[in-house]
Amino acid sequence: MSMGDSFKPHRGPRIASLERRLFLRHGLSLGALALLSGCELRDSESVQGMLDAMSGWNDGVQAWLFSPTRLAPEFPENRITKPFPFNAYYGRDEIRRVDPGSYRLEISGLVRGKRTWTLPELHDLPQVSQVTRHICVEGWSAIGKWSGVRFADFLQRAGADLTAKYVGFKCFDDYSTSIDMATALHPQTQLSLRFADHLLPPEYGAPLKLRIPTKLGFKNPKHIAAIFVTNVYPGGYWEDQGYNWFSGS
Amino acid sequence: MNAGTVLLHPLAVRLTHWINALAILAMVLSGWRIYNADPQFGFTFPKDWTLGGWLAGALQWHFAAMWLLFANGVAYLAYGILSGHFRRKFLPLSPRAALRDALDALRLRLEHDDLSVYNAAQRAAYLGAIVLILLLVLSGLVLWKPVQLHALGTLMGDYEGARYVHFFCMAGIVLFALVHVLMVVLVPRTLPAMFTGRLRRTP
Repeated sequence: MSMGDSFKPHRGPRIASLERRLFLRHGLSLGALALLSGCELRDSESVQGMLDAMSGWNDGVQAWLFSPTRLAPEFPENRITKPFPFNAYYGRDEIRRVDPGSYRLEISGLVRGKRTWTLPELHDLPQVSQVTRHICVEGWSAIGKWSGVRFADFLQRAGADLTAKYVGFKCFDDYSTSIDMATALHPQTQLSLRFADHLLPPEYGAPLKLRIPTKLGFKNPKHIAAIFVTNVYPGGYWEDQGYNWFSGS
Repeated sequence: MNAGTVLLHPLAVRLTHWINALAILAMVLSGWRIYNADPQFGFTFPKDWTLGGWLAGALQWHFAAMWLLFANGVAYLAYGILSGHFRRKFLPLSPRAALRDALDALRLRLEHDDLSVYNAAQRAAYLGAIVLILLLVLSGLVLWKPVQLHALGTLMGDYEGARYVHFFCMAGIVLFALVHVLMVVLVPRTLPAMFTGRLRRTP
């Protein structure tokens, strides 16, 4: 199989959203005049097609560059960024509060085991910690400490099909994202219950988030409600709007 | 080639020059939009001077144009080294001569009679541009793959250090491009030669 083939099928029909057209029209101002002299605006669809194709190609290249064993650098605790930045597609006033008592994590799709998990059950699984750098797609970075269950352990205990292509996430804040199975099984990919040695506070994704130090921040979903294992490309909130899907570090 | 002209720039150089100019333009303009998403130095680039429209669009342009820059750069370097082009055009080069010619250029005293021989200031500037683009590619790789290419990142202060290297090398290549274009304005007969490769023999 050539590099990138596995990522082709999920580049299905694009959402020809108004927003996309608008950003193209505005974005192709100065640069486009220079780059696309001779082309007219009606060609912007094919330009977008080229950019989407390159993004798909870059998914393949990144999957190829990704090492399942290479670890993200870890830092001493005195390097932790304080205060750790809050970031979401909404402001602080819309941070979701999830009742921990009634919380149930659902897992569906290609899994054979238990389909709902309570927080005490997750806390009872073996716990690991990491102090790693969170890198945002915007460019900034911050070092934090997360603790929780190694995601590979959880997937195994849930009887997930570890040969499936994707793991998708649906969140209480209506966010969604998805990752490749290789990254899901990376030793530092963590279903986090704690931040800085305390239970995850709401702004960092209470009661449960996924920490992936080998991917950009927006691939680290907060307030996870449901996990699904699938071979059908699930996309995600930002990915569907044009952010690169793999977004590995 | 007819008798009245000399070949100034071989086809490989002209082709890679213009592809590189296009790739650098796309990288810089989309890079400015990416910078604007988290402006490290407290200022932002005017939106109309950027490419991509918003962060995701700019990232798409940046990560598409990087392949053009990379493939073209590899072709140019391979040609320059293997054909002897670099050796013939850029060497010898002494810092003293580069400084002398740069000062002469500032005083508009530099001779441009023989465009087939680069003066020392040109040699230093063109070599400097190559080095800057190499550093841009290397720091860009660290920003793109800070974990997978962590060993490379440690050479430039990890992810955050690479952001500075990337920004200042961008500033350097933009400064180079501005001076480069200014020199073309001052010595306009260099421009058609960059398309045709030929220059009328001076009588």
